[in-house]
Parts: sequence; C-alpha cells; structure tokens
Amino acid sequence: MNCIIVDDEATARAIVEQLCSKISDLNIIDSFSNAMEAIKFLNQNTVDVIFLDIHMPGFTGIDFIQTLKNPPRIVLTTSDTDFAIEAYEYEPIVDYLVKPITQDRFEKSIIKIKKALKNSAKTVESKTLQSTNTEEDIYINIDRRLIKLKLNEILVVEAKGDYIDVKTIQKTYRVHNTLKSIKEKLPESTFLQIHRSFIINFTKIIDIEDNSVLIEKNVIPISRSNRPELMRRLNLL
Amino acid sequence: MEQQPNLNYIKQLAGDDKAFEIKFISVIKEEIPLEKKEYENAIASNNLKETADIVHKLKHKLNILSLTEDYKLAVTYEEELLRGDKKLDTKFSTILEKIDAYTKNL
Repeated sequence: MNCIIVDDEATARAIVEQLCSKISDLNIIDSFSNAMEAIKFLNQNTVDVIFLDIHMPGFTGIDFIQTLKNPPRIVLTTSDTDFAIEAYEYEPIVDYLVKPITQDRFEKSIIKIKKALKNSAKTVESKTLQSTNTEEDIYINIDRRLIKLKLNEILVVEAKGDYIDVKTIQKTYRVHNTLKSIKEKLPESTFLQIHRSFIINFTKIIDIEDNSVLIEKNVIPISRSNRPELMRRLNLL
Repeated sequence: MEQQPNLNYIKQLAGDDKAFEIKFISVIKEEIPLEKKEYENAIASNNLKETADIVHKLKHKLNILSLTEDYKLAVTYEEELLRGDKKLDTKFSTILEKIDAYTKNL
C-alpha cells in the first residue's frame, strides 16, 4: 500500500512516519505540510491511503477531501475527540485517529484500510460485470461541467431544496435540479421513488427494515404509500 | 502536584529506533520555540482566532510530552478563545515556558 501524510505540524508528521515505518507493506510516498501541496501531488499521482490532519490553517482536512475528484481511502488524524460523527459522513474516510496515536491503535487502522481496499476491489469487479449488461449513462451538470455517471453507479438520489444529491459509491454530487426531473430520466427497471425526498437504485439494497432501506452506508426512509411498490419489485422468497 | 514533561510516549514509539528519537527531539526543539513565539504575537495582537489555532497545535505537543492535565486546560482555552475569552492566557503561557525550558535542555 502507498500512502501520503498531510499535517501542518512537523512533530505530527514525524510520528505518523514512525508509525508507518513499522508496517511492512505500507510505503510512505511523501509528506506534506499543507493541503494545497498534497492536492497538486494527487493531481498527478495515485495513492491507496492518506493520513490527513483535520485541523489545518486556511484549508481544513474536510475542504481537502471535498476538493479531490477521486479521493483514496483517508484516515483522519486529529487532536479533537468530538469530530468522529461528522467525519464518517464522508465516504472515503475509513478511520479517525486521535493524537497522540499509539502503535496498537495505528495497527487497527491499517486492518480497517486493508478491509476497505479489499471491498473496493470487489465493488469495482462487480461493477465491471454489471456494466457489460447496462451501458447506460446520465450526464449531470455541475458548475457548468457535464459529468458522466453510469446509471448502475448511482445508489440514491435525495431532494435537497432546490438541489438534488446524487450519491454514488465514490462520492455525492450536488446538482441544481428537481427529483421529479431526474426521475423521468432514470430507468424504472432499477430506480424507484420510495419517499417524497428519495429515489433509490433498488438493486443496491443491502437490507430492509420496517420503515427504511440500507444502501451502502445510507439509511433511506420508506414512506407508507411507496412501500407496497417496493415490495412488489423485490425478488422475495 | 504539577505534571512535568517527559518523552515516555516518544520512547515507546521509538523502541530501539534511536535515530527516530533523535530526529523527533530535533523537530520538537525547533517547533516549540517557533509556535511559542507565534502564540505570543497572536495574543499580543488580540487575534483570538489565530491564537486558538496555535493553541490547537500546541495542545498536541502537551499530549506528546505526557502533560495530560495541561492538555485539558489547553482544550478549554482553545474553546474559550473561539468564544472571545482569553482569561486562561497566563496559565497557558506558564505551560509554554515549562515545555520550552524542557525541550531546550533535551
């Protein structure tokens, strides 16, 4: 595994470098004292994981994550113990290490990273298989850029006022559009509106409880009126 | 009793790796006086947001040096600075003097 370290404190970088040096299959490609340098590096290079300080002057770790087009797995390193819940809202974040980091805790993090990388590999493999069957795409307009998304990569579409959030496995795209408008473009064979604010790709459902479905890490409410149609579409035993 | 700084965490992390211990000491000897100076300038200019950012960086070093009680004070101080309150300046400055003196003698 290849990694980079991003932290404005030299002492913190030295500590993470030392922790990494004890993991035989983890190579540090580079260390950066600010987010901008790291972004420049990532525009030309790929890594498996970033150890990222969340609290940096000017450009925080979260700003950094939001800037990356295809972020790798990220482990946050921080002195703040109360940030964990917010941190896990971001898809690429696999762990959250509170400084000072111990070797034991760091090794647990490495196990999580490896697990996450393994799961990604499986997802890519399965997506490749699916894409041979369905080559349909949709273009979404973000800041005057048209971004192509494969329909089978879309997990959930959520209405957010005048916007919609199109959630894929890798990231969430915020688009100035309505749920009604995107619903017309999505194939009924795989997409279904299950709540006034949510359309789901029902082939991605992991499990269903009484009033909600789980897709990846997203728990989506099911409205009472939409539940019968969802149940009808599922391949129930 | 007032806590005194030590390198227990760093020694544990280093194990037999003396080179890391030496490198780390050199880094912290360089960083603490710089950040202490930044702190003094920020508080003197009454820029409390910037002061809070520097306290945030310094509080990590308090943890590294096993100053758990001083770390707790720094956590409170950082929060208070962000609310516009700098009354813990004197106590925090005393802590800074303590770690500065310690690292100078490493």
